[in-house]
Amino acid sequence: MPLQLTKFLFAKTLRLVLLVAAVATLSFVLVSRSPIDPVDAYVGAAVMKISPEQRQMIIARWGLDRPPLERFGRWAAQLAKGDFGVSTIFNEPVTAVIAKRFVTSLWLMVLAWCFSGLLGFALGLIAGAWEESPADRLIRLYAYTMASTPTFWVGMILLMLFSVYLGWTPVCCAWPPGLSAEQATLWQRLHHLLLPAVTLSLIGIAQITLHTREKTIEAMRSDYAVFARAQGESPGGIVCRRALRNVALPAVTLQFASLGELFGGAVLAEQVFAYPGLGRTTVEAGIRGDIPLLLGIVLFSTIFVFTGNFVADLIYYLVDPRLRKTAGGFS
Amino acid sequence: MLDIQNLSIRFTRYTFGLKKKEVCIVRSLDLSVSTGQVMAVIGQSGAGKSLLAHALLGILPRNARIEGRVFFKGQPLTPERQSAIRGREIALIPQSVTYLNPLLRVGVQVARAARLSGINQKDVPATVSRAFARYLLQKKVAAWFPFQLSGGMARRVLTATATVGMADLILADEPTSGLDPITAREALGHLRELANTGKAVLLITHDIETALQVADMVTVFCAGTTVEVARADDFKGLGHLRHPYTRALWAALPTNSFIGTMKPIERTSDTGGCPFRLCCNDQDAVCGQSVPELKQAGEGWVRCHHA
Repeated sequence: MPLQLTKFLFAKTLRLVLLVAAVATLSFVLVSRSPIDPVDAYVGAAVMKISPEQRQMIIARWGLDRPPLERFGRWAAQLAKGDFGVSTIFNEPVTAVIAKRFVTSLWLMVLAWCFSGLLGFALGLIAGAWEESPADRLIRLYAYTMASTPTFWVGMILLMLFSVYLGWTPVCCAWPPGLSAEQATLWQRLHHLLLPAVTLSLIGIAQITLHTREKTIEAMRSDYAVFARAQGESPGGIVCRRALRNVALPAVTLQFASLGELFGGAVLAEQVFAYPGLGRTTVEAGIRGDIPLLLGIVLFSTIFVFTGNFVADLIYYLVDPRLRKTAGGFS
Repeated sequence: MLDIQNLSIRFTRYTFGLKKKEVCIVRSLDLSVSTGQVMAVIGQSGAGKSLLAHALLGILPRNARIEGRVFFKGQPLTPERQSAIRGREIALIPQSVTYLNPLLRVGVQVARAARLSGINQKDVPATVSRAFARYLLQKKVAAWFPFQLSGGMARRVLTATATVGMADLILADEPTSGLDPITAREALGHLRELANTGKAVLLITHDIETALQVADMVTVFCAGTTVEVARADDFKGLGHLRHPYTRALWAALPTNSFIGTMKPIERTSDTGGCPFRLCCNDQDAVCGQSVPELKQAGEGWVRCHHA
């Protein structure tokens, strides 16, 4: 491995460690200042039935009577060992819950991510290459509209149209009610996935389209595009044979860097479609005061978004010859 | 080969709000170049020299409007004909390495230019390596990216890209800018060679001194207008130069008296008058009235009321 790459990876790892430490500290502070009482949240409806002594026992058992710094120290030590605690809603280890829910979400996110990336990139290229053409105006209108439309609203409209009126797609869930994830066929799962994925894609397309359009216009006005035209290259030829790499690089970066928004969008889309993914679990954990799960998801999504940004940087590093070049030519 | 008569290039701009304003960058431009000839086009920065090259190729921005007559190989050069022959019969050697795509390997870019110039796909590799050999570029350079090229190498790659096809008219836009004298001479030598092999070369530059090293004829631009066409030999002394602007340029050369007495050329309004009159020492009433006609003078042409 070249020295430069080692340095790059080392710097990134260091940054990840610092980031996780900062996020863990911040979310711990937020949670401990939260008005939700963890014992009330745990006991739930039975809150009237427990005696003050029982309550004291729970508090002592959980260490809630300890000073915050000591609690944080213990929690952080557990985290470092990979123990995220047990989810109070699911009665399972947090890591197991996240793993299971994330896989369900992954189907949705991967589909939406690929679809919005490819389609958004293609639309952006077309709009940018033929700037101010009718196609460009149409694409821009679509992108601006979608960029200013809330995800949940699009989800509800699609749900009303395709699931309620037309009945083409199921109204909820990731597989037919009554079955478990393992029992559902691939086709059934895709069928349930379709509408949430389309919702998430429709929104995601806007950003990548507008960004690619800008970059394409920039490329079409560049010196190298002028030279290409002088050689007799057509606008389509300039886009496909000359500018593609220049435009694709920032687009790929953006697409990886947008994993955070994808995650945020998934929370909303999963909520509308009652899709049992990580996003929906986040909302549940928040509402029902499942603090171990909530903190676990926060840390997990931090790493998830960081990975997206990291891959973006890595791709830039590997693909752009100017960044890779060290002393002396290479062939 | 190429004959331009009374060419003008205007740009439409939107000023405050939606008010349209036409800016005339080039007007009354006359130029001709024939086979085997290097015609130098000399003018200050901003005189519309690069626009001329772009206009000939038909690659001006959309808000540009062109008037005048242009003949290429005896036939009018229409926009349709331009898009059919650019890269095939007319080729551009651009100014600098920024005209190469920074993310594509040099060899790929030369090969694409070859393909566009009408060479069969199967003949492209051989043609490209011939072009590389002609300009003394090593084979490994094909796998390099533009940022790895030195100034002189970049110049040779650009020349190779433009001449890899069979173009008969070569437009060289500022081929010596930013080069040291030795590399500049080498670049000019390549242009001379191209003319000697029967191509017509239009050498667009602001640098008279280097242009005179290889040019046969010189066309002098002032504010987008042709003011004089002279043989390169006429520049050996002041006596044969007919236009006051050309004389002032000549006098400003370091090897001559090095007198820079001229004010910068101001672009006069479209209402007429000699474009040079505001800076001219010999101007009088007639200069403000009309743009002088281009008059034949010896083997050259001059546009001045007093020549």
